[in-house]
Amino acid sequence: MNDLFTLVDWSRAQFALTAIYHWLFVPLTLGLGVIVGIMETIYYRTGDERWKTITKYWMTLFGVNFAIGVATGIILEFQFGTNWSNYSWFVGDIFGAPLAIEGIMAFFMEATFIAVMFFGWNKVSKRFHLASTWLTAIGASISALWILVANSWMQYPVGMQFDPETARNVMDDFWALVLSPVAVNKFFHAVSAGWVLGGIFVVGISAWYLLKNRENFLAKQSIRVGAWVGLAGTLIVAYTGDGSAYQVAEKQPMKLAAMEGIYHGTEGQELIAFGILNPNKKFDNDEKEFLFDIPIPKLLSILATRQADGFVPGINDIIDGGYTDKNLKGEEIIALSAQEKMERGRLAIAALADFNTARQANDTTAMNEARARLDANYEYFGYGYIDSVEQLIPHVPFVFYSFHIMIILGGYFLLFFILILILSYKEKLPRLKWLLWVAVWTIPLGYVCLEAGWIVAEMGRQPWVIQDIMPTFAAISNIEVASVQTTFWLFAALFTILLIAEVGIMLKQIKKGTEQK
Amino acid sequence: MEGNKAMKNAPVLLRIWRFYLEGFRGMTLGKTLWAIILIKLFILFFILKLFFFPDILQQRFDTDEERANAVIENLTNPNNSHQQQSQEP
Repeated sequence: MNDLFTLVDWSRAQFALTAIYHWLFVPLTLGLGVIVGIMETIYYRTGDERWKTITKYWMTLFGVNFAIGVATGIILEFQFGTNWSNYSWFVGDIFGAPLAIEGIMAFFMEATFIAVMFFGWNKVSKRFHLASTWLTAIGASISALWILVANSWMQYPVGMQFDPETARNVMDDFWALVLSPVAVNKFFHAVSAGWVLGGIFVVGISAWYLLKNRENFLAKQSIRVGAWVGLAGTLIVAYTGDGSAYQVAEKQPMKLAAMEGIYHGTEGQELIAFGILNPNKKFDNDEKEFLFDIPIPKLLSILATRQADGFVPGINDIIDGGYTDKNLKGEEIIALSAQEKMERGRLAIAALADFNTARQANDTTAMNEARARLDANYEYFGYGYIDSVEQLIPHVPFVFYSFHIMIILGGYFLLFFILILILSYKEKLPRLKWLLWVAVWTIPLGYVCLEAGWIVAEMGRQPWVIQDIMPTFAAISNIEVASVQTTFWLFAALFTILLIAEVGIMLKQIKKGTEQK
Repeated sequence: MEGNKAMKNAPVLLRIWRFYLEGFRGMTLGKTLWAIILIKLFILFFILKLFFFPDILQQRFDTDEERANAVIENLTNPNNSHQQQSQEP
């Protein structure tokens, strides 16, 4: 069993490493694409050549980020086939469709229009060039849509039927998959987070130019565009974040409990604005949950249930069951205890085994009977692999602190963009050196915030790779630990080189400014 | 001017070809970026995918039915499958 967990841990570490590096490049592409589109629109409308210079400058940085980041996500797909073959087979049809659409869209939209964007100045009409720039930005967002649809299905598996003959989930409602409330919230949340990062990036670099008293027109104008996009992004992130939290409360209550460090929920549940977890707290002891906390009364109930006195279950409540909950169809039910779910899961696994035996014996009656048992218990299928209730609890400190870092930084970005915009329009910004330095150092905070968001989403849903249906350790391939370790270090080296290349080329271009253009 | 006029009268495919050719020729920073992209794609597809990331089910089984049976075996006897794993060469 220890070997198994080593294999699972290394495979998870490798996937996390790849996803974290990939997510360094993607959001900047999403955000800068929109900002460059707005800048070129201003050039198109005003005919002011200085805006063309500004557009081309940021387009160059967009190109650097795009070139270094492109195809890093493909490695995640390699890993599905090698490290996660049970999972890959189990979900193939559902996961395959969105990813195939993503691949085609990305290739045709981005590859076509990005070429016009970079090569087309003075060769195509201004209108067609502008359209190409926007289509590149939109194409990047549409690519993100399909990845996020696939991810959302793992968090909230809808629109499918399990086929016990092939051991695959088969999509039976494409629109339920694409328009699931989890997918819709996740898409707008992730894309607008890219706008926030793009805004921070543009404001930060422009602030550096103001500090160096260089590129003043570019810097002042870019700060305004960047800050408006960043502010719009922050507001959409806040709105969709609220929507996501509501969905998490309904569909992944354990994740919400970990995000807030709640063990025993109440009606009128407070929200922890800031807290230090008690490291000795476990679900089966009576230690205090926090060493220090700043709670806001009833706020979590309002956010999670839309009612001030709504009940929000804690970790122990979810393990014990007995509270009013909703099933996947949205019907009110009394929540089962973890033990009951584990028993239902074992029934489902046994039914699958019986179905398979009956199928090999061509015993239709037995197949039908096993199929009925499987269908009746399938929503708890994954619980059949769980040995102890502790396995159902994600790593609370990791999820709690990542969530609070994300929220605190999100609040900071809102104030930051408002302050930058006010001072920019009052023409006071170039004199406030300290604020310009704050803007420069906000760039890494943007990345920290976005990575923290993904950590909450992915660590918070553990132990599930597919919510309630498949735990991560059942998704794994039968391969040697050493091979996963080897590729982990290969990736670590490759991605670090790419990151160093990106930062190096970017810094060179930033130092160069617009002198060559 | 005459070059532009000749370009406009050329067939569409030729114009697209020239558009890309001139674009690539005129690149400065872009050449470095393309070198990075090509090296990266080479490493991803010709080294990592070929030597380190085989599709396990495709590699070990010939038909979808065999793959399905293997996954069902793994799902219904998870402990057995992982014991088998350590015995595999």
